[in-house]
Amino acid sequence: MKNMLSDKVIELKPSGIRKFFDIVSEMDDAISLGVGEPDFDTPWHIRDEGIYSLEKGRTFYTSNAGLKELKEEICNYTKRKQGITYDPTHEVLVTVGGSEAIDIGMRALLNPGDEVLIPQPSFVSYEPCAIMAGGVPVIIELKAENEFRLTAQELEDAITDKTKLLVLPFPNNPTGAIMERKDLEEVAEVIRKHDILVMSDEIYAELTYKEKHLSIVEIEGMQERTILINGFSKAFAMTGWRLGYACGPKAIIEQMLKLHQFAIMCAPTTSQYAAVEALRNGDEDVMEMKTAYNQRRRYLMNAFREMGLECFEPFGAFYVFPCIKEFGMTSEEFASRLLEQEKVAVVPGTAFGDCGEGYLRISYAYSLDNLKLAIGKLADFVQRLRDAQH
Amino acid sequence: MREELLAIVERNSRIDLKELAVILGVEEIDVVNELAVLEAEGIICGYHTMIDWEKTSIEKVSALIEVRVTPQRGQGFDKIAERIYKYSEVTSVYLISGGYDLLVTLEGKSLKEISGFVSDKLSTLDSVLSTATHFILKKYKDHGTILAKKYEDTREKVTP
Repeated sequence: MKNMLSDKVIELKPSGIRKFFDIVSEMDDAISLGVGEPDFDTPWHIRDEGIYSLEKGRTFYTSNAGLKELKEEICNYTKRKQGITYDPTHEVLVTVGGSEAIDIGMRALLNPGDEVLIPQPSFVSYEPCAIMAGGVPVIIELKAENEFRLTAQELEDAITDKTKLLVLPFPNNPTGAIMERKDLEEVAEVIRKHDILVMSDEIYAELTYKEKHLSIVEIEGMQERTILINGFSKAFAMTGWRLGYACGPKAIIEQMLKLHQFAIMCAPTTSQYAAVEALRNGDEDVMEMKTAYNQRRRYLMNAFREMGLECFEPFGAFYVFPCIKEFGMTSEEFASRLLEQEKVAVVPGTAFGDCGEGYLRISYAYSLDNLKLAIGKLADFVQRLRDAQH
Repeated sequence: MREELLAIVERNSRIDLKELAVILGVEEIDVVNELAVLEAEGIICGYHTMIDWEKTSIEKVSALIEVRVTPQRGQGFDKIAERIYKYSEVTSVYLISGGYDLLVTLEGKSLKEISGFVSDKLSTLDSVLSTATHFILKKYKDHGTILAKKYEDTREKVTP
């Protein structure tokens, strides 16, 4: 058969993480710091609601956009956390993880040739989703000296008359960077001036360790042009439940709903019932997990200082992004050798964009004991490299 | 810092002071001082070790005893609670709302030792009206720690 596959799909680069995953999963005794999901189990009361919903036989489709109670709770939650009002009937869509929202959001917005600004390093899905939606990804390379925040100047420089959409991935995976009020206000001014749309992926919103997370939609004139993406995976340790949501203007959500309806029908019913419980009674669990993450974050920052490894202090998500440029190796070389010699797995920064070269993503979604063990090994490795350099 | 500090040492009282300071984001001297204050105020009352005796060859039996008592004029339940908690085999004494008054937990070497304690010492106290003894057969979770099984990381090793 000729031309069996779509050229567009063939041309998509496979995820840089995949390759590494294959090597690591071959090793039984590797200690991993490479995981992008919480180490906590979903709090029991949330799981219990999921189980209860199964026992009661709630095993049917929900309405396409999601359970009414869940959409209402999502609106209560955004109101409570961000002070923003969304209409549960028209402005909320429950999706299969934040990832689905990214995909259908792009497809709902983009026309062929529309440019999508994607700050990197960032999550692996934005670029391929933009391409599959017919858009043209334009990468903005974030810089360590700005603590990997997006600056108004960088944004201004990347905008052309074809620019349609800006992806705003903060708090950021893999860098742990956040955007504070001043940063957002400056960026918002450029966005308004050029009249572009925003997809704000705030899946790590609950996990900030400075001030409370500020969403771009809280900035004047932004709610009407923003798709806000969030979900249950990171905040409530519910990755496997595959549940996220998008909030935005009715006109956009309506079109996203069509795509969702045809491709997915509805998000998993069991997960939706569990998520209602998470939003109603989960605040305390979130606080507890966040406190634990923050302790580990401080531990890691201190460990890097002691190791003399350059690393800006990240205030979001559960990643640190140390710089390894002093060793004169690529991120991938460093990560491969670390895995080979010390059996410690970290993810090369380049998995999240070319500008991640010279950095590693280290996850602290691990117990302190586990971190200590792995960091000890990393310190030995670094020491050996330095000894060899002299 | 106090609440977070207490939460940490409640789970791990052997944590290194330097490490404690790092994860709390404060100076080591502040941790030392705060712990001293907490001890002086009697908020931190001890640093114990959790032992799963089941896994040793040492025989231990524990029991919960519900005790109904007559409170004494002017002293309520305190006096009788004191008489009970002074016995070294008693590990805890709680005043309880509901169907009985005191919940006493007891640790002994054998069933015989515990039943001996209940019949000879506890039941014969003047204010004790009745007792009901429940032997603990298996501990699944104690002090917030699950004893039955070990944590296993079942996540994929590398994910985006």
